[in-house]
Amino acid sequence: MTTNILPLLPIMIPFFAGIIMLFVGKRPIAHRVIAAISGLLLILSALWLVVHVYQNGTIVTFLGNWAAPFGISVVIDMAAALLLTTTAIITFLTVVYSYQSIGIERETFYYYVMVMFMITGVNGAFSTGDIFNMFVFFEVFLLASYVLITLGGTKIQLQEGFKYIIVNIISSNFFVLALAYLYSVTGTLNMADINVKLEGFDGNYSIMSLVAVVFLFVFATKAGVFPLYFWLPGSYYAPPMPVLVLFGALLTKVGVYAIARTYSLFFIDNTAFTHQMLLFLALLTIVMGCIGALSYTDMKKTIIYNIIIAVGIILVGVAMMDETGMLGAFYYLIHDMIIKAALFMLVGFLIYRTGETNADRLGGLIKIHPFTGWMFFIAALALAGVPPLSGFYGKLFIVQSAFENGQHIAAIIVLASSLVVLYSIVSLFIKAFWGEEMDFNTLKPVKSGKILFASIAMVIVSIAFGLAADVLYPLFEMAAQSFYDPSSYSQYITEVE
Amino acid sequence: MEIVIIILAGILIGAAVYLMLSKSLIRIIIGTAIMSHGVHLMLLTMGRLKRGSIPVLDEEVSNYSDPLPQALILTAIVIAFALTAYTLVLALRSYRELDTDNVEEMKGVPHDD
Repeated sequence: MTTNILPLLPIMIPFFAGIIMLFVGKRPIAHRVIAAISGLLLILSALWLVVHVYQNGTIVTFLGNWAAPFGISVVIDMAAALLLTTTAIITFLTVVYSYQSIGIERETFYYYVMVMFMITGVNGAFSTGDIFNMFVFFEVFLLASYVLITLGGTKIQLQEGFKYIIVNIISSNFFVLALAYLYSVTGTLNMADINVKLEGFDGNYSIMSLVAVVFLFVFATKAGVFPLYFWLPGSYYAPPMPVLVLFGALLTKVGVYAIARTYSLFFIDNTAFTHQMLLFLALLTIVMGCIGALSYTDMKKTIIYNIIIAVGIILVGVAMMDETGMLGAFYYLIHDMIIKAALFMLVGFLIYRTGETNADRLGGLIKIHPFTGWMFFIAALALAGVPPLSGFYGKLFIVQSAFENGQHIAAIIVLASSLVVLYSIVSLFIKAFWGEEMDFNTLKPVKSGKILFASIAMVIVSIAFGLAADVLYPLFEMAAQSFYDPSSYSQYITEVE
Repeated sequence: MEIVIIILAGILIGAAVYLMLSKSLIRIIIGTAIMSHGVHLMLLTMGRLKRGSIPVLDEEVSNYSDPLPQALILTAIVIAFALTAYTLVLALRSYRELDTDNVEEMKGVPHDD
């Protein structure tokens, strides 16, 4: 049983790319090339993992050859492999997007290095099989994100970045506390081992409900769940657009993934309490996100509140914890990563082109940017879930599962939120692209070839993802299985022992 | 022994909360540092404190200490150290840039000069 290096590639490629860039020094062009190459390599390695997992089942490797549960294991099931692939695609396109948008000063001061370190942490959190190791990877990507949110040192970045850092430091401290409780209860930190131990234990579980609440506090803060989303709209407003693309598409989703993982593996006994609590908070998250999305005409703010709505919808599926619900939640998770990246990129293009963030001051842009405009329209429909675009299938399964479990109010709130999403995004489209023409002389003559390439590529990925839902169904069925049937995830540990 | 350490952790977290509720940046940062100390003490306590033996697992050894919480706490301390260092630098920079260390004044959308 030797350490297999291939499942570690999604962690190692960005890590070593970052280190090489640090050694290259302040040479932005070299940084661009290295970042793009490592993005491509990430896509290749992640796709290889998807194929391999599809053919052979979950890949497990033990770092330093210490057998689980004593050493740290890296477990790549289909869920992790698909998330790694999506992360890789978003990373590559965001790097391309950054070429013309982030600005040469930030590029000189190690912007790409921090992006790569953040991707290291995100990929690590997706693929690790050890809960303490997940904490460490959380800190890796959070530290890189602290630098990214403040890099450039404008006033709003420093002000909002400080709040972001304090909120995350406090929730990270609670993460350590939750790990301490979990370790004292179960005596192990390997996620599969914890699951096996709890399945085989027939005493009093009530302490696990307490641990569940502490874990939910931690991950809800990272994911932006009601009532702990208060930091998200302000902090995500501050950084420049490419950073916002990465934050909006990836960081909250890692929190959602961690909630799904821990709630499926650890908190299996008292689901009447833990999962009901999760469902209740998810519904309130959707409602608060809808209120926020309707109340702003600022393009960035509207889409930031749409992140909060999406987090709520995914968690409704997670709270159902059955086959249909998990399938929908997982499909919606991947869909939302792609479509949020696409929308942030398109909005970023509008902001760079016009210098305005408020949609009320735009108008008639369809005359000079027809193709971009219609791409924005397609992205808006995909976000709201109009068939056959990608948002539809995830919501279909989530709503179906909610009705099957008798949660009619949850299903109705999810359906009603689709209308709010559609209204908020399409009203942005109408204000910016139709209506009275703005003064086209105020447009900034920015070079936008690569910005548009990345944005439109992202929309095309989203369209393809929706149209290929039929082909991808077996993959998502495998991915959802490790959540609703945790023994399929944790069986490797029994094979070791 | 455990109960003393748990009370100590509680006192530390209480002090941390008091500091974090104040309005000065430096006090908030010191508050987060103290909070991490309290949490680390809890983590150490969870592995049982005094068993009076060495952390070695062998076939002949029946009584041994659990080395894992100590390994975990070491990792967590290093992370907390790095975070405190970074936030201190950031606080200095924001003090210079925003001309205030009072969080009451850090509201709204400031404009660059």
